[in-house]
Amino acid sequence: MIAELGLAALWLAAALAALQMIAGFMAVRQGASSELASLIRPAAVVQGVLVTFSFAMLVWLFAITDLSVKLVASNSHSMKPLIFKLSGSFGNHEGSMLLWVMVMGLAGALIAAVEKRLPENTMNATLAAQGVVSLGFYAFLLLSSNPFERLPTPAAEGMGLNPLLQDIGLVFHPPTLYLGYVGLSVAFSFAVGALLTRQVTPNFARAMRPWVLGAWVMLTIGITAGSYWAYYELGWGGWWFWDPVENASLMPWLAATALLHSASVLASRDALRTWTIMLGVVAFSMSMVGTFLVRSGILTSVHAFAVDPERGTFILVLLGIFIGGALLLFALRANTIREGERFALASREGALVFNNVMLSAILAIVLLGTLYPLLTEAFDVRVSVGPPYFNPVGAIFTIPMFAVMAVGPLLRWRQDRIDRIGKEVALFAALVLAALVLVSLLSEIAILPLLGLAFGLGLAVASLMPLRRRKLSRTPLSTWGMIVAHFGVAVALLGMASESAFTEERLAAVEEGGSATVGPWTVVLQGVEPVAGPNWTAIEGRLAASYGGGEARVLTPQSRNFWAPLQQTTESALSTRWNGQLYAVVGDRAADGRWQLRLWWKPFVTLIWYGGLLIALGGVLALVGRVHSDLRHRRLASRIAERRADREAVA
Amino acid sequence: MSWRLWVPLFAFALFVGLAAYQLTQPKDEFVQSRMVGEELPYFELPPAMDGVEGVSNASFADGQPRLLNIWASWCLPCIAEAPHLESLKEQGAEIVGVAIRDRPEDVARFLAQHGNPYSRIGRDDLSEVQLAIGSSGVPETFVIDGSGVIRHQHIGDIRADDVPRLLAELEKAR
Repeated sequence: MIAELGLAALWLAAALAALQMIAGFMAVRQGASSELASLIRPAAVVQGVLVTFSFAMLVWLFAITDLSVKLVASNSHSMKPLIFKLSGSFGNHEGSMLLWVMVMGLAGALIAAVEKRLPENTMNATLAAQGVVSLGFYAFLLLSSNPFERLPTPAAEGMGLNPLLQDIGLVFHPPTLYLGYVGLSVAFSFAVGALLTRQVTPNFARAMRPWVLGAWVMLTIGITAGSYWAYYELGWGGWWFWDPVENASLMPWLAATALLHSASVLASRDALRTWTIMLGVVAFSMSMVGTFLVRSGILTSVHAFAVDPERGTFILVLLGIFIGGALLLFALRANTIREGERFALASREGALVFNNVMLSAILAIVLLGTLYPLLTEAFDVRVSVGPPYFNPVGAIFTIPMFAVMAVGPLLRWRQDRIDRIGKEVALFAALVLAALVLVSLLSEIAILPLLGLAFGLGLAVASLMPLRRRKLSRTPLSTWGMIVAHFGVAVALLGMASESAFTEERLAAVEEGGSATVGPWTVVLQGVEPVAGPNWTAIEGRLAASYGGGEARVLTPQSRNFWAPLQQTTESALSTRWNGQLYAVVGDRAADGRWQLRLWWKPFVTLIWYGGLLIALGGVLALVGRVHSDLRHRRLASRIAERRADREAVA
Repeated sequence: MSWRLWVPLFAFALFVGLAAYQLTQPKDEFVQSRMVGEELPYFELPPAMDGVEGVSNASFADGQPRLLNIWASWCLPCIAEAPHLESLKEQGAEIVGVAIRDRPEDVARFLAQHGNPYSRIGRDDLSEVQLAIGSSGVPETFVIDGSGVIRHQHIGDIRADDVPRLLAELEKAR
């Protein structure tokens, strides 16, 4: 019964999406005279409620482990801990698509309920576009991946959730990324709506900006968490592998970063109109391309958890309709959008445009590197594109970007002179140069980490400079957001550079009671014992690790065997200090009874994720600041309107 | 100016075309050995259990073509393959086995249960020989000609309709 209720709600929601789309387009064509226009907003709100109800039904099915439902039987297990039962509801293709449409439905309901800044015409067009996107995903769910499908006979026991995914980090990883993707779909709908009615105005950018900011924060958190998960769960000691799926999450982030900045220019200066529209389309298409690459199995990836070529075809068709349609509209309409305000090269806008171009170039590089194997495979050549391509080629554009990022926020809008901020530029340049010279004299490190350390240091200081000559208590929250996010980029950059420059690795065969050293650490293998968990057994190494001869800490890395489904995973053990992490993995036992130990000492590696969190925090500050001032403006506007009405009534 | 606005759509169409083409291509999941056409590398494996002879590359260079079967007692498809190896043997093929990461008692139990089609069985505890001849999984079967050159590689378990094909490959290698 629960499953049937969920399915019925889903069908009703799909019907409402169709209504929202049809009514929206008719309203755009006929203008205010359309009778259906009044239905658009309610349709969006009710749709949001229905799809949320449907998702709640799925979570319930997983909570009670209803094994007559195919999805539950193939992804859950009665013996799994409750939190993983619940996360199992979206740790699979069908459930994750339902989560996606739920977030999308809620977003649509929210815009329909609160967004009042845009002309009614543009708003209708936006909601119509949102209806098209939602309807596509409803069709996908209902026609090819029904999460509520029943089994002819209930299963005796479930098959379990992929053990790699039974991890607390993974409970939050997919939802955050989806929130990000869906936020970008809202930005896409705004862009299409504005393009349809040719009203690309600062108000359009202001309406779109919170969604882009929110999406960007979620993508940042999702990527940061995903990177940390891969770091400690896969047991390879790396934090980024340029794997197609990682790239699939990075590309929308790059596009969203560019969009965020160009929307800011449009909101405050009424410039970059077509460019902002284009980025709105690109950002969403990148999240769709990412989903396609992950789900179709078209590229070989370690993330192949939910591969199915038939679904790949469906997503490709959706992608073609959404993005192809939007780009066609862009090609036809962009000429008719009036040019925005002009600005000089040396200005805040100039710096933002430069970095927008750099971000787009990096995006193009990542996209090309990710799709290149797809291209060559069409000619029967198998290649794999990895760090030797991405790192140096990306650096060509990231280095100038960091330089402009350091000084850009100090420039004034519209027109400025570089010599006005000469002192700050000189300070930044001096810091970078000093770090370059010092580090290269003190240690032999490769060029990219060296540049990373130097620019990270310079940027960390430069990102705080906009606070000079400002009263801290009166600095707007959105400015704090920018400063914190830019500082976070510097922190993450320092972590990445330090990790790749100074990591020490040791692979040793150690007998019980023996020891191995890595960097300043001495690690003693005290013993190896079997341990059991709720649905796994493991061998666990007891390691006593001491830093520089100090007090020993106990680490317990494990090699786990899950029995539902049968799979082996490595649980690394980490010891974190302020200046880095010791990373230990226990491997197989050799014939002579010694155990394989893999040890890494990674100085300042944690800065990578702290930086990521700072970037996200900056986004949150900016979002809160923007929404707060939007609300104040709205209150002011309504008070002014009231007064005017009063005055007219008196007159 | 206006033609530039069509560039994104054009690039996107290229991507969709390429992706659609790749989706229709069957995904080749097998990794073919580069050693096909090459001579067997030098190796010498001890017997996998009591009462059988070990295997070395020299055991192939006597003018007679043979099958080299990579298997293991812990491998489920190998059980499915066992009757077809038996019928290959009945039709005159000589089969040399290499047991991967196995224990003598398990090998003996497996053969007692599923039959022993092998003339010799070598024991490859570290997958050394398996890797050296370019086999990426268990089971796999190679056709080796009389001078010790690898002529053909069969990936996965041998099914009923593979039997005549392998016999034909053996005939070709003669």
